[in-house]
Amino acid sequence: MIRLPLVLFFSAVLFSAGVYGVLARRNAVLVLMSIELMLNAVNVNLIAFSQALHDLTGQAFALFVIAVAAAEVGIGLAIVILIYRNRETINIDEVNLLKW
Amino acid sequence: MSAQEYAFVVLALVGTVAAFRLVTARNVVHAALYLVVTLAMVGGVYLILAAEFVAWVQILIYVGAIVILFLFGLMLTKAPIGREALDNQQRGIALLVGLGVLAGLVFLIQNAFHWSDPKIQPIHVTTGALGESLFRQYVLPFEAVSFLLLAALIGAIVLSRKDERS
Repeated sequence: MIRLPLVLFFSAVLFSAGVYGVLARRNAVLVLMSIELMLNAVNVNLIAFSQALHDLTGQAFALFVIAVAAAEVGIGLAIVILIYRNRETINIDEVNLLKW
Repeated sequence: MSAQEYAFVVLALVGTVAAFRLVTARNVVHAALYLVVTLAMVGGVYLILAAEFVAWVQILIYVGAIVILFLFGLMLTKAPIGREALDNQQRGIALLVGLGVLAGLVFLIQNAFHWSDPKIQPIHVTTGALGESLFRQYVLPFEAVSFLLLAALIGAIVLSRKDERS
């Protein structure tokens, strides 16, 4: 027996920590880590509601979210390493090729 | 409060502290290690909620694979140490936005649910039942995800390969 709002508060805290990290960090790898934090918060919610409603849909979609997160990190880090190779920096405020 | 709730609160507190240390750490490798702690605590929360398979997938994929990927990414790029090198100038605004998101979410949650009303009574979900649901009802999303993984694999190879023409 766990109160549902308790789990939801935990997930809200994780999500806002992720939002802060994405906005405050300038190192691209740390930004990706904060994005993982937000995806995890979503997963916690999915599992909590799956168990509260006794429906397996939430757990199946948590697995999908984990798979998409893995793909995202793979591609993201490949891009980061490519940027580092070309520009010697991964500070996202210095990479402004597409900004006008 | 039940024993499950005590265990959950302990895990959630450790996970929260590690998450805050992750977004404020001054050393990138420490940040990656705090990420390990947070992900493991989230996995523990899944175990308490009796979502066994998802918990082990979380440990295997997140703690086992994704963190290793992050460490490789940190290893292959120069990782400076210090707050000014890792944070940008908008830290105050970011803090405001983060607190705003937190306040909004807490307001919505306590508006939508009574504090003690909906209780989770976790039922043990066997891996078999989850797999059956995955391959019966969600075959199409499953195939889409496997295609996405294939595309990501090819994309990562194409991106990180040295261009031989130039």
